[in-house]
Amino acid sequence: MVVFDKPKSLLDVPLHYCPGCTHGIIHRLVAEAIDELGIEGQAIGVAPVGCSVLAYNYFSCDMVQAAHGRAPAVATGLKRADPDNHIVFTYQGDGDLASIGMAETVHAAARNENITIIFVNNAIYGMTGGQMAPTSLPGQVTQTSPYGRDTSHCGFPVKVSEMLATLDGAGYVERVAVNNVKNVRNAKKAIKKAFQNQIDKKGFSLIEVVSTCPTNWGMTPINALKWLEDNMLPYYPLGVYKDRDAQKEAE
Amino acid sequence: MAEKVLMKGNEAIAEAAILAGCRHYFGYPITPQTEIAAYMAKKMPKIGGCFLQAESEVAAINMVYGVAGTGKRVMTSSSSPGISLKSEGLSYMAGSDLPALVVNVQRGGPGLGGIQPSQSDYFQATKGGGHGDFKMIVLAPSSVQEMASLTVKGFDLADKYRMTSMILADGTMGQMMEPVSLEEVEVADYDKSWAVTGTKCERKHNIINSLSLVPEELEKLNFERYEKYKTIEENEVMYEEYMMDDAEICVSAFGIAARVAKNAIAMARAEGIKVGMIRPITLWPFPVKAFKAAAEKVNSFISVELSMGQMIDDIKASTEYTKPVTLCNRAGGMIPSPEQVLEAIKKANEGGNK
Repeated sequence: MVVFDKPKSLLDVPLHYCPGCTHGIIHRLVAEAIDELGIEGQAIGVAPVGCSVLAYNYFSCDMVQAAHGRAPAVATGLKRADPDNHIVFTYQGDGDLASIGMAETVHAAARNENITIIFVNNAIYGMTGGQMAPTSLPGQVTQTSPYGRDTSHCGFPVKVSEMLATLDGAGYVERVAVNNVKNVRNAKKAIKKAFQNQIDKKGFSLIEVVSTCPTNWGMTPINALKWLEDNMLPYYPLGVYKDRDAQKEAE
Repeated sequence: MAEKVLMKGNEAIAEAAILAGCRHYFGYPITPQTEIAAYMAKKMPKIGGCFLQAESEVAAINMVYGVAGTGKRVMTSSSSPGISLKSEGLSYMAGSDLPALVVNVQRGGPGLGGIQPSQSDYFQATKGGGHGDFKMIVLAPSSVQEMASLTVKGFDLADKYRMTSMILADGTMGQMMEPVSLEEVEVADYDKSWAVTGTKCERKHNIINSLSLVPEELEKLNFERYEKYKTIEENEVMYEEYMMDDAEICVSAFGIAARVAKNAIAMARAEGIKVGMIRPITLWPFPVKAFKAAAEKVNSFISVELSMGQMIDDIKASTEYTKPVTLCNRAGGMIPSPEQVLEAIKKANEGGNK
């Protein structure tokens, strides 16, 4: 009896991510959701610019690489090309989604674009070597904030889930984390629901996944998880920020 | 021949695109091409198509990128400052070998410039239009009829060669009304096995991508793409020769400038001056051979442009600097008058070009 297997939607190739990086977990959760919903043959993924740019080599579904920050616009085109048959998701980091691609993110949400966005927030630019991100915490030391993020000089982090939840167009927005088993299980549930919403034509879903970057944080993977719990979770509280269905039921 | 209807140039582009099978249009408001978006907004929902007003030019071209990735015909239109914003997407589309039609109804620049007609995006359109080594097929209509026919042609060439076709028009071409006949289009069946439409779990996944981290491989891709460009340069050049048989002076102009030049040529001919015109219809590929052949016969060339002189460089290069080439131009949204062009022709006739 097989008790643990690789998801079918994840190709059997070595990932390029650093040891301890949580992208691997998140890739797996996305692939599991695709497998369980039986949508591998319909799925089209959009890879960003950043650490997960090579995601197009890892998922077994059709893949598109988008310019930096433009994934939601590219996904809009992919979805509108065949709304009944394409299941479209983007996989984006914080620099990509919340800085250079903020306009595309906000307007895809405002349009209630029927796509699924997986937003990986690790509070730093990973691929380029650890620069300050729009989500870097106050005081956080990075290559471009060597004395710690000074909020009097460069302002405050963007809380993407809270912000998008204010838009009437956004259908489902939840922040999850992948720092422990319980949170990973919950993240899986949220990601699956974000795809199910699209299948049910319920519109825009975004799952913000709070994750780590041991390499650019300069920590061991264990210490990085601890840092996430002590610093990121207080600033980025987990939870459902918008669920149009649940709101309707409540009313 | 279909019945003729009176249409604005911009509307002719929109209707021709629909006839060519385009069912997806993404755009952002900018003068002087807004009629295209307005036409699409009205028409697309009624024919099962998709018109979507994007949040920016950047988003619009990336929506185009998405639809193009699925192999369906798709377009966007804009005017000069908007095309600058789209240039990132144009480069990515070139790098990913995606077909699409992009319309630039040019206005005066640089910067925000003005809203009157211009041809000052010639360099931008023909010499790349974004970062990296790439070309776009650039088509220059000179009548409302050509706005329509070159739109159809542009879609076909884009599919045939898997690249962007650009209609390089100007504010006058977009706004002027002329009778135009719009005929049914037979859309050729090109291979789209590269498109992302879902694997249906029946094939290996397709990837639309312009990233290539191994320089040897990226170099190979560039060389292959330029082989394709060479084929296009050999097979797809279009131009019109006008009164060139006995011409001693060759005027060159495209778009609205060619219309003005034709009037000036008629006036010059009435005065006995032997002058003709080469009107490039494809600005890339440029009609190099036609100009080279003309250089064997004529004494001099005049480039009539709505810019500070951009196409003139291609004329000089094509004629290998063997004959004098002068510029007759207006810029910033102004259009040369036939009299101004006639003056330039007379000056050339008197040997002023030598």
